[in-house]
Amino acid sequence: MRLTGITKRFAGLVANDDISFALGQGEIVALLGENGAGKTTLMNILFGHYVADAGYVEAFGKILPPGDPKAALDAGIGMVHQHFTLADNLTVLDNIVLGTRRLFSPRLDRASARKKIAAIASDFGLAVDPGRPVGTLAVGERQRVEIVKALYRDARVLILDEPTAVLTPGEAAALFSTLRAMAARGLSVIFISHKLNEVMAASDRVVVLRGGRVVGERRTAETSREDLAHLMVGREVPPPRLGEAMRGGARLRLDGVTTDDSHGTPLDHVSLELRSGEITGVAGVSGNGQGSLAALLSGLIAPVSGTLSLGDAPVRRWSPRAALGAGIGRIPEDRHTVGAIGDMSVAENAVLERLRDRRFSRAGFLRADAIRDHAAGLIEGYQVKCPSPEARIRLLSGGNMQKLILGRALDGDPSVILASQPTRGLDVGAVAYVQQQLLAARARGAAILLISEDLDEIFALSDRICVMFRGRMSEPFDRASKTPAAIGAMMAGQGFETEQAA
Amino acid sequence: MRLEAIDAPSTPTTLLYPVGAVLVTFVVASGLVMMAGASPLAVFVLVARGAAGSQFALLETLTRATPLIFTGLAVAVAFRARLWNIGAEAQLYAGAVVTVVLGTGALPLPAPLLLPLIAVSAMLAGALLLLGPALLKTRFGVDEVVTTLLLNFVMILFVSMLLEGVLKDPTGLGWPQSQRVIAEARLPRIIEGKRLHWGFIVAIVSAFIIWVVMKKTALGTEMRAVGHNAEAARFAGIPVGTVIVKTALLSGGLAALAGFSEVSGLKGNLTLDLSPGFGYSGIVVAMLALLNPVGVVFSALFVAAIFVGADAMSRSAQVPSYIADVMVATALLTMVVAVMLTRYRIRRR
Repeated sequence: MRLTGITKRFAGLVANDDISFALGQGEIVALLGENGAGKTTLMNILFGHYVADAGYVEAFGKILPPGDPKAALDAGIGMVHQHFTLADNLTVLDNIVLGTRRLFSPRLDRASARKKIAAIASDFGLAVDPGRPVGTLAVGERQRVEIVKALYRDARVLILDEPTAVLTPGEAAALFSTLRAMAARGLSVIFISHKLNEVMAASDRVVVLRGGRVVGERRTAETSREDLAHLMVGREVPPPRLGEAMRGGARLRLDGVTTDDSHGTPLDHVSLELRSGEITGVAGVSGNGQGSLAALLSGLIAPVSGTLSLGDAPVRRWSPRAALGAGIGRIPEDRHTVGAIGDMSVAENAVLERLRDRRFSRAGFLRADAIRDHAAGLIEGYQVKCPSPEARIRLLSGGNMQKLILGRALDGDPSVILASQPTRGLDVGAVAYVQQQLLAARARGAAILLISEDLDEIFALSDRICVMFRGRMSEPFDRASKTPAAIGAMMAGQGFETEQAA
Repeated sequence: MRLEAIDAPSTPTTLLYPVGAVLVTFVVASGLVMMAGASPLAVFVLVARGAAGSQFALLETLTRATPLIFTGLAVAVAFRARLWNIGAEAQLYAGAVVTVVLGTGALPLPAPLLLPLIAVSAMLAGALLLLGPALLKTRFGVDEVVTTLLLNFVMILFVSMLLEGVLKDPTGLGWPQSQRVIAEARLPRIIEGKRLHWGFIVAIVSAFIIWVVMKKTALGTEMRAVGHNAEAARFAGIPVGTVIVKTALLSGGLAALAGFSEVSGLKGNLTLDLSPGFGYSGIVVAMLALLNPVGVVFSALFVAAIFVGADAMSRSAQVPSYIADVMVATALLTMVVAVMLTRYRIRRR
């Protein structure tokens, strides 16, 4: 497969600028780049979701017609999206077969399909149970189904978009060994990533994108993390440095808290203490109760049983406004749908939590000047790149939006900070900035809860670490006391069974 | 064919598409006029003349626009917060009933006291009528499209019952109509001897007040926040349910003012044909104005002009006045498409 001169513009922004590279048979190529570097756009052009403004895609010697996913499928290109495209209520088998038969074909012929799936499963070590409804599968299993689905359609080139974003370290390792097995059988793989260590571990060759251009191509064996990081960012990024902890008293405490399941897996008798000047990291595979924990601290849900205490006093009425009033700064997991209102301006979003404060409204009337000044202050103070405070916030990049939300959360020196996936999907520069700001807040004495799926981040920032599994929370431990592998095992449930027995 | 989002639509396109929408409306209408065997140009001239060709025509258009401004505002306010109030018709009648109950001599007050009192009471009635669906929505998640729509029929039957019963005018020769309101409860005419009344001024002032509320107050910002993204609004500490209830009270009150203004300013009494669907037309008016309160005034004038003009035209040309309904409906559809085109571009393959 070969890409030549791919260029794609979006309203004045060049997402892809004259990108060319080739993929050989049996090769694993990693497409590395910061968010916004144009990786996903490129993959969508490759697969025919977008039409390139210039350039073309060649597969097995033939030029693909642009903008035609079906032609890409027929040419043997399979794509596994970051967000899976599976129907929850259908079985694995039906999901795989879906779309491969003609609409009015009377027979589904499940038997031969099952045989073919079994063959694929044993060839590549992709164990799937064809009879189970997809809704009952874990995330890692769903990804396997997606891969089997592509292989079932005789894909010879597989494209994976951020495949490890939702996996535990163990699952990610299994995925990469599957990819190796596939490459050994002559399939070609492209995977998109912004994580250096997995690129180093799993690829044969790395193509680095920055600002929509190919800025470098390396054989993985002949390069280093530092070299790739430099190419990707264009500058050196120092790792965050955790200063001496200045531990103080407990600011927020959970005692045997159980919640409802309106925000995913409910909390199950969770106890936790957040102390001043300390970052508590919560590790875990997504969907094990982190959503409920974040919702609880945000004020979106109240405990069904157990108590939530601020300082020494247990809280009675609990709401987002109460949480704000109690001095909890909140950085939500999903900045696009929860953290910000895309169609409102940067300034309006900046004061959304404090509209009724004396500072920003008097007798119900907004103080436009104060709001604009405040927004301008956040934009300046948190290095938000935006055209003006009046710009709709949806026009900002993810990193800049997150910086604004960070500024909003840290405004007024909150005593407790909830940071839920604060750096997910951000580019390296923004990640470093957000982490620095969290550390600065820690130094000022805030009690910080950091929820992250990125184990490296948990290790880099946390004083103490807890692991969540199926709504339950491990005892906190010092970050130096366990290895990442041990935590990975806990994330998969080790140590939680005994607790239940006891 | 596919749609691609445009991040920042350019100013020319945001102006060009609505103009195109109006042009398409006239093209479609032309086709229908030709099918009716008349010349489109002549018919449009007649419509324009009927809507604005004389003092009488112009005043008639303004009179017709008055209730449309109120119901348009009611819908614009509610839709902005994603409260789908389809019940402006019922709220209009609620306001009209209160106007008749209080205005037929029950309260012997001078006009400067009586009119504001009736107006506020009418607003309260409309607000209370929408409070039920709003509470059902926020408490139990009941779809307000269904409840407000069905309340329209409940209300019209309720009014029918009143007009056949307690509110029936004993001197009305058996017609289902109420007594006339007393002189102190009549909104004065702007020009003596013409039909245009002070309700029109109240409507314009209301539009300005609503514009201020939406643009300059914390409540307006909260309403827009809830409308754009209720989840994010709730996260930011905005009491979403309370905001929706406040929106409902405001919206219901505005729609009720249409009923007050029609009875007190124009008709003088309550009949079952007080509103030829002003509540529903309010939806069209609000959508054409893209929910902008000031825009509502202009779109109400546009819709009123087409209706009034088409009525006049159908008297002289042999084209049914239903052409007005078609034109308003076409204008709405093309405007919706035009708005979409300013935000998305269509790609072929």
